[in-house]
Amino acid sequence: MPTLNLTFPNGGKSTVNTDLFINNKWVPALDGKTFATINPTTGKEIGQVAEASAKDIDVAVKAARAAYETSWGEKVPGFERGKLLLKLAEIVEANLEELANIESLDNGKAVAIAKAFDASEVAACLRYYAGWADKNQGKTIEVNDTKFTYTRHEPIGVCGQIIPWNFPLLMFAWKIAPALATGNVVVLKTAEQTPLSAYKMCEFIAQAGIPPGVVNVVSGFGPVAGAAIAKHMDIDKVAFTGSTLVGRNIMKNAAETNLKKVTLELGGKSPNIIFKDADLEVAAKWAAFGIMFNMGQCCCAGSRVYVEEEIYDQFMEVLEKVCKSLPKGDPFQASTFLGPQISQLQQDRIMAYIDSGKKDGAKVRIGGSKGSGDGYFVEPTIFTDVNPDSKIAREEIFGPVVVCSKFKDEADLLRIANDSMYGLAAAVFSRDVSRAIGTAHKLNAGTVWVNCYNQLNSQVPFGGYKASGIGRELGEYALTNYTNVKAVHVNLTIPCPL
Amino acid sequence: MTVVTDLPPRVQLTAPSGRKIHLPTGIFIDNTFSPAAEHGSITTPNPTTGKHLARVSAGTKLDVDRAVIAARKAFETTWGRNSTPGRRSAALLKWAELIENNIQELAELESLDNGKPVWAARDVDIVDSVACLRYYAGLADKIEGRTIEQVEGKKLAFTRSEAIGVCGQIIPWNYPIQMFAWKVAPALAAGNTVVIKPAEQTPLSALRLAELSIEAGFPPGVINVVNGLGSTVGESISSHMDIDKVAFTGSTVTGKRIMTSAASSNLKKVSLELGGKSAVVVFESADLKQAANWASMAILFNQGQDCCAGSRLLVQRSVHDELVAMMVENFEAHKMGDPSDVKTFQGPLVSKAQQEKVLGFIQSGLDQGAKRVTRERRVPEGLEDGYFVSPTIFTECEPGMTIVDEEIFGPVLTVQTFEDEAEAIFKANDTIYGLGAGVFSSDASQCMRVTQAIKAGTVWCNNYMALSNAVPFGGMKQSGFGRELGIEGIKEYTQTKAIHWNYGEQLSWPIDGESS
Repeated sequence: MPTLNLTFPNGGKSTVNTDLFINNKWVPALDGKTFATINPTTGKEIGQVAEASAKDIDVAVKAARAAYETSWGEKVPGFERGKLLLKLAEIVEANLEELANIESLDNGKAVAIAKAFDASEVAACLRYYAGWADKNQGKTIEVNDTKFTYTRHEPIGVCGQIIPWNFPLLMFAWKIAPALATGNVVVLKTAEQTPLSAYKMCEFIAQAGIPPGVVNVVSGFGPVAGAAIAKHMDIDKVAFTGSTLVGRNIMKNAAETNLKKVTLELGGKSPNIIFKDADLEVAAKWAAFGIMFNMGQCCCAGSRVYVEEEIYDQFMEVLEKVCKSLPKGDPFQASTFLGPQISQLQQDRIMAYIDSGKKDGAKVRIGGSKGSGDGYFVEPTIFTDVNPDSKIAREEIFGPVVVCSKFKDEADLLRIANDSMYGLAAAVFSRDVSRAIGTAHKLNAGTVWVNCYNQLNSQVPFGGYKASGIGRELGEYALTNYTNVKAVHVNLTIPCPL
Repeated sequence: MTVVTDLPPRVQLTAPSGRKIHLPTGIFIDNTFSPAAEHGSITTPNPTTGKHLARVSAGTKLDVDRAVIAARKAFETTWGRNSTPGRRSAALLKWAELIENNIQELAELESLDNGKPVWAARDVDIVDSVACLRYYAGLADKIEGRTIEQVEGKKLAFTRSEAIGVCGQIIPWNYPIQMFAWKVAPALAAGNTVVIKPAEQTPLSALRLAELSIEAGFPPGVINVVNGLGSTVGESISSHMDIDKVAFTGSTVTGKRIMTSAASSNLKKVSLELGGKSAVVVFESADLKQAANWASMAILFNQGQDCCAGSRLLVQRSVHDELVAMMVENFEAHKMGDPSDVKTFQGPLVSKAQQEKVLGFIQSGLDQGAKRVTRERRVPEGLEDGYFVSPTIFTECEPGMTIVDEEIFGPVLTVQTFEDEAEAIFKANDTIYGLGAGVFSSDASQCMRVTQAIKAGTVWCNNYMALSNAVPFGGMKQSGFGRELGIEGIKEYTQTKAIHWNYGEQLSWPIDGESS
């Protein structure tokens, strides 16, 4: 059974399995293929992990289906499912450091953040959905006294889940928690850039006593394993988080095969609006956090900042100062905030956007170049004087690059803010909270922050308007993604019409 | 109640298994046990032997006052709005774990004080209680309000479900641990603090639960336990000017008194879970053997000391004799005796007073012409002083007989017949109570019609007594109001605040009929 023995820069150690996780067992890919996962801080290979093919997806789906019909789904009461999720949360909490270390090595994010935020939120998310497991209730509906009508909230069945590389652990939890709580089984494909932390979670899943076949995890590539999931005739639903481009393919594949249900959480180009009565220093800090957190690799990053004319100059000074002050470098240094970008490809993409911005005549206020060293670093970059139709203003860059503009007329500003194919998030800064609420209501986005940014909670739904996605994750709302509603009509006294 | 100035702060009991059980004896306020202010105490006997079991502190109004002060302070500083759902959930989960870790000890203690079989206390009562704490722990961060459409661009209206505050909770002696859990779990999950009075017949297990709650991490004052008498502690709670809600489970007669006190004092919110005289209706199409088994469970479980006990068997005339014969056979078949024996199903009643009351009811049945068809079962040797009552079936019963009209709260079943469905429904509903009911029939349409027609908060169809923490439970008519368990259960511990938030409407002045 192949494993990777990892030693982290902070002295921590871990052993991670690298085979596919099916039926609570570790199995090599059927054709024996493997691929490399890279440490983005050094550019060096961490090790090889199994590469799933369509055949491996078949095996995983068979295992999942068998588990669904015998040891999960309606065979296990919600209360029991909740207990198992609580147990998993407990194990996660006992192993935060190890999870954070693996995450940081594979993804490049600061280890302190991976522990305090990513891994901790995994436990919180699991606990939240554990509490829902025995509370996904249908209704009885009064029609008239000739019949008894009610709904059942049933699990959907075998769910394919495809997760991204920006928050590997957190995305793993967001996917499996509501699915398992409601009685579904999963076949989950991790991102090829970040296969490791999920495999550690799989050890905990087995340890918690979650039956074999309920959670199956494969490492592999989108066009092969991801497509196989989206096309599979015995997967009842696919949930995807990633780029809008790939999301379209997933939806097409689902439609062309068995019309499996689809939920998508896609890209964004979220506007951050700063009114002149905002607390300027505080707003600038939030704006910096909004774009630089996770090196800009957030679907909901506040990548377009609009500042009311009167305070623009002052605001930009503070924004610049804050962005420059963010400690960057080795994610295993306790003080680091900015690590490298995830991969060579992403670094190249971001640099290409930066170059196109420069070509389009935008001004680089800070940054605009790669960082130094072996890792895939990109300097925090602020663009001003941006053409609103340019690529950097419209397209999702997914890096530490923010475009800033000033505005005068609020109505015009709202038009510009909403003028995007995306609608994932937005923010409004103003000391006049009532006014901010009014503006929030006018923004076409699934999450609107008032006087803050990037604040999410397991209890509150998250998802996109427009091309940012379909469906909501988190909160009670996520349950509907994993529920089939059955209406039952029991005839009491209706005679047959014939 | 007796004044004892040197009551030992802890007591040691020895269970039949040989296990030594240590208990604090004091009044539990602010995470501390202390003697009652006026040094009152009560004793509780072992109902299996009739012998003295323990003496514990019994409070008076002064202790309730001190408990409320502690509960109010906690509500305003460390609980309520100042706690997060996560914190409340974590404490409840920890408490559940601790109870689970001590399940055998708690089961033996419960059996010593109440008389129920140890296995029932452990595998039914306490397992369910732990699950109840977990159920509500999972709800703590899911108490949601709504946002409600108003005029776009002008006003946002929304509701918040807020904690009520300091809740007084008065629980009965039939399921001491389980009633404790049903009360505190939703209250605490929603952010309330509690002052809870266990029954004077069964004061012991609550003290152990309180002790474990300290370890579970509840801040001082969140949970307060005041043992004592209904007439003092109970009355102080229901009439207290700084208790925001009283929840009571017990007899209808006491429930009325509590509601009156609540109204006369500060109009505190009231929820009541009271008595019952639940009908078990068996149609001729029923699987009779199954009906007999469920109906036996319905009246014999917990020695018939259950608010929703199926105490009126209504059987379709065509199958009366067959069913009664099966019931009589069942009433002979189970073991009545020592609750520490795993084979025992029926233990003693909780107290001498209850035993005498039930025996009085049986006598009235005989006096009023009902026919007793069971023989008197002998109490096992050595347990003659225990408060046992032989399981009893009366046939040829009619409304108007005391045993048919009143709640007996013991292992005594009354049997009536009916001709057709309409009569069955009429008879089932012919009671001031409306807590539970059972319907046995293999005709699904009939089941549907009858379960809809019966006026009871819980209707069992082809089973009985099966409860679930996820399913609401409570009474209609004089069986009470309010629901426990399920999501409904937590709603009883919240109050709705509506907020109308103006962010765009200007009001001009003066206003007249034309401008408005």
